[in-house]
Amino acid sequence: MSAIAARLFGPPTRRRVELRLILLAVVISMAAYAALNLAQDAHLSTGLVGYGGSLAALFIAAHLAVRWLAPAADPLLLPLAALLNGLGLVVVRRIDYAYQERAEDAAQNAPQQLIWTAVAVVVFVGVLIAVRDHRALDRYRYTFMVVGLVLLLLPALPGIGRTINGARLWVRVGPMTVQPSEIAKLALIVFFASYLVAKREVLSLATRRILGLHLPRARDLGPVLLAWLASLAVLVRGKDLGTSLLFFGVFLVMLYISTERTSWLLIGVLLFASGAVVAYRLFGHVRVRFQTWIDPFADPQGDGFQLLQSLFGLATGGLLGTGLGRGRPAEVPYSRTDFIFSAIGEELGLVGVAAVLLIYLFIVARGMRTALGVRDEFGKLLAAGLSFSLALQVFVVVGGVTRLIPLTGLTLPFLSYGGSSLVANYALIALLLRISDSGRTPTAGPVTPAARSDDMTGEMTAIVSRGGVR
Amino acid sequence: MNTPLRRTAIAAIVLFAALFVNVNYVQFVQADSLRDNRHNRRVQLDRYAEERGEILAGDKRIVTNIETKSRYRFQRQYPSGPLYAHITGYNSLYYGRTGIEDEYDDVLAGEDESLFASRVSDFITGREPQGAAVRLTIRDSVQRVAAKELGDRRGAVVAIDPKSGAILAMVSTPTFDPQPITSLDQRKAAAGFDKAKDTPGNALVSKATADTAPPGSIFKVITAAAYLDKERKKPSDRIASPHRLDLPLTTNVLRNFGDSTCGGDNVTIEKALEVSCNTAFANMGLAVGPEALREQAERFGFNEPFDDFPLRTVRSVFPAGIDEPQTAYASIGQHDVRVTPLQMAMVAAAIGNSGVVMEPRVVDAVIGEDLQPIRGASPEVDRLKEQPAVTPEIAGMLTQMMETAVRTGSGQKAQIQGVRVAGKTGTAQNAAGKPPHAWFIGFAPADNPSVAICVFVEGGDAGGSTEATGGRVAAPIAKAVMEAALK
Repeated sequence: MSAIAARLFGPPTRRRVELRLILLAVVISMAAYAALNLAQDAHLSTGLVGYGGSLAALFIAAHLAVRWLAPAADPLLLPLAALLNGLGLVVVRRIDYAYQERAEDAAQNAPQQLIWTAVAVVVFVGVLIAVRDHRALDRYRYTFMVVGLVLLLLPALPGIGRTINGARLWVRVGPMTVQPSEIAKLALIVFFASYLVAKREVLSLATRRILGLHLPRARDLGPVLLAWLASLAVLVRGKDLGTSLLFFGVFLVMLYISTERTSWLLIGVLLFASGAVVAYRLFGHVRVRFQTWIDPFADPQGDGFQLLQSLFGLATGGLLGTGLGRGRPAEVPYSRTDFIFSAIGEELGLVGVAAVLLIYLFIVARGMRTALGVRDEFGKLLAAGLSFSLALQVFVVVGGVTRLIPLTGLTLPFLSYGGSSLVANYALIALLLRISDSGRTPTAGPVTPAARSDDMTGEMTAIVSRGGVR
Repeated sequence: MNTPLRRTAIAAIVLFAALFVNVNYVQFVQADSLRDNRHNRRVQLDRYAEERGEILAGDKRIVTNIETKSRYRFQRQYPSGPLYAHITGYNSLYYGRTGIEDEYDDVLAGEDESLFASRVSDFITGREPQGAAVRLTIRDSVQRVAAKELGDRRGAVVAIDPKSGAILAMVSTPTFDPQPITSLDQRKAAAGFDKAKDTPGNALVSKATADTAPPGSIFKVITAAAYLDKERKKPSDRIASPHRLDLPLTTNVLRNFGDSTCGGDNVTIEKALEVSCNTAFANMGLAVGPEALREQAERFGFNEPFDDFPLRTVRSVFPAGIDEPQTAYASIGQHDVRVTPLQMAMVAAAIGNSGVVMEPRVVDAVIGEDLQPIRGASPEVDRLKEQPAVTPEIAGMLTQMMETAVRTGSGQKAQIQGVRVAGKTGTAQNAAGKPPHAWFIGFAPADNPSVAICVFVEGGDAGGSTEATGGRVAAPIAKAVMEAALK
């Protein structure tokens, strides 16, 4: 008992930093909520207290769980996720209002999203409890593979699969629809990490050297081809460009990290390019996406409509945005989910989206730092895969809605409305915390004074200065 | 494993950097062009969220707004239907803007610089911002009479206050209803627009300002003005008025209307105008020459664009470099002479106003919510500042001759009980085989006019008669409209 009490209330300074940052995240979210309140009703509503209270309770609960279960874990990951989550709730609520104003859709998604946040925090704590040591996951390699593939292919099954907005990504469970690909993402990354660590010797074995590249043996191409085919299957069956790109990209990067062979990247890129060309030739929806990307004004009321509305929203926001509650985010289709970034860009401006991108970048950086910090190869590869999947997902979504790359359908982690995505991403953070906790536990030797510091600057310096040590 | 890890971390940073550069490009570099893009509905939504200024004819509100429950908050209302369509135009989500709705858009939408002060006060007091209203010079009662008198016939009526240039009535038929075109429902708007577009006779174009026709005999007042001026003649002087005039250089013969005589082979100028004698006016035109005719027409405003007039208006044309036979025909308003009813109303107004051509005005003032003018629209100005169209003496002579034409000549149907009316009828040859156009220009009271008018009936009357003279078809319309204006 006393040991638990000591872990809960004993003051490891990293946890104190985490708590303060979580409170800051709650305060920022409440300020956003209040700004929205004032824009909508010209006075503050009592909902502010409920909203702030719920967020504070949930995030502090998560914090206490980390204190208890992973006391040496990274102190930035949870507050950063909480901040995105809190802002996402405000933006979803704002879009609820916008649709109400248009009298087209009275659905209240924000309260639902708050419930999902609670579920996600429960899952977050659950993952920390269930996975006491991330290396244990290594043992269930093929279980994760089967679970991941089943979840990935589940929506394709007749009867339970549901097609929403042209993509077959959802599964009906009772009254809800869930998007299993989000959870499949985690399971498959665990499998990839485990499999690649086991096979890295074989895969990095170079037999031929052509044009300065170490090319692998033909029979070792198997796993790459398998992943490639699975991605294509998702693309063909589910018409889901985003998920397909995400899986293949993450797999490729993990393969590269484990083998340290650039040739794998090149082979992967070639495979991807050929897949893209074939998909362009064969599938109308891929062609449309690509042509819309090249010239969205070709069909402004049809195929180009979504992307143009998104760009108009971003442009209307400009540098500083219209202010929360003062834009027209409902003009952009799916602004609660895939296009939530455009809604943020319209109302919070370039400044707001730059902040959001920075938060994601911090999460990715902390994840990569975790990968560098942990000692076992499986932990390294898993942390890197999880972090990079987040980076790639943000890139694919934000790049799509801002016309950097062709538009594909994916949710923006922590911000978009949707339970599956939120739950999966909290689980992802829990795994990263678990790995970073193990990387920081005393068996690694004493932690340097810089990392012990309460001071944020010290913490940031620690990342930089110790980046190359391990 | 750490080297590829670091490279992957750098790759992630590069991905974010690309995103960051791209959002800067969209939200900063491209922002203005995207914001103002015509497919960006936010621009329209913002406009429809605020109450647009009304348009008034005198005190009468002819364009108003009602609040709707849709996301476009205000719906434009045109309670007078087609009556003012060619003046107010329409403000449509799907078909853009025309007329005053377009030309005064900044004012009506409250975006004009002159409204800055009222915008600031709205912001401070928290009052809902609103566009300023535009008050037209049109008098609703006169406008209604003009529309009623034209009825189903194709044509136009323009009535002007000769002293100020204020347009009292301006009607063109066929017309259209702006209401359905401005519907917020795209299908209804399309139906309304297609109906207007498909109306025979080009309903969307105002025949009063935006289309020209040969003027025929009403042009004779301009020929007379040139002749009286250049040859220093008086209305009582005589001019050769043969039954037929052999034209030089050709075998063509110029005849009078209906091949009639002019009451003698050598009539007075006054008589020639009274009976609209073609040969006499051809001789006058030949006497002064094409350059003098053109110069006189230009002093009334021909060949000059209407840059300051808010409605789409084409210029009236007197051709340059014409030979003698062409000059003879141009003298009687044929050949390539083409006019708008607005221009011919200005000719009548100038003669009534001692030769001074006033700039036509259709907007009286921009007014605020307190009905006080924020600014006068266009000042009352002399259109051709350097010189009047004719001297006051010649204006007096023309007035005298036009009075005679109404009292005992071709324009008798324009007579008004107890009012001296000056006028001139016209019947213009159109294309071969088609009925001629009927015209009337005039003003009243002749000695101190408060209204000048031009009536144009395309292709004569609907009765199928080919003898649609201006006197029979156009003059009665002019009489009714002038009577309404004099009340």
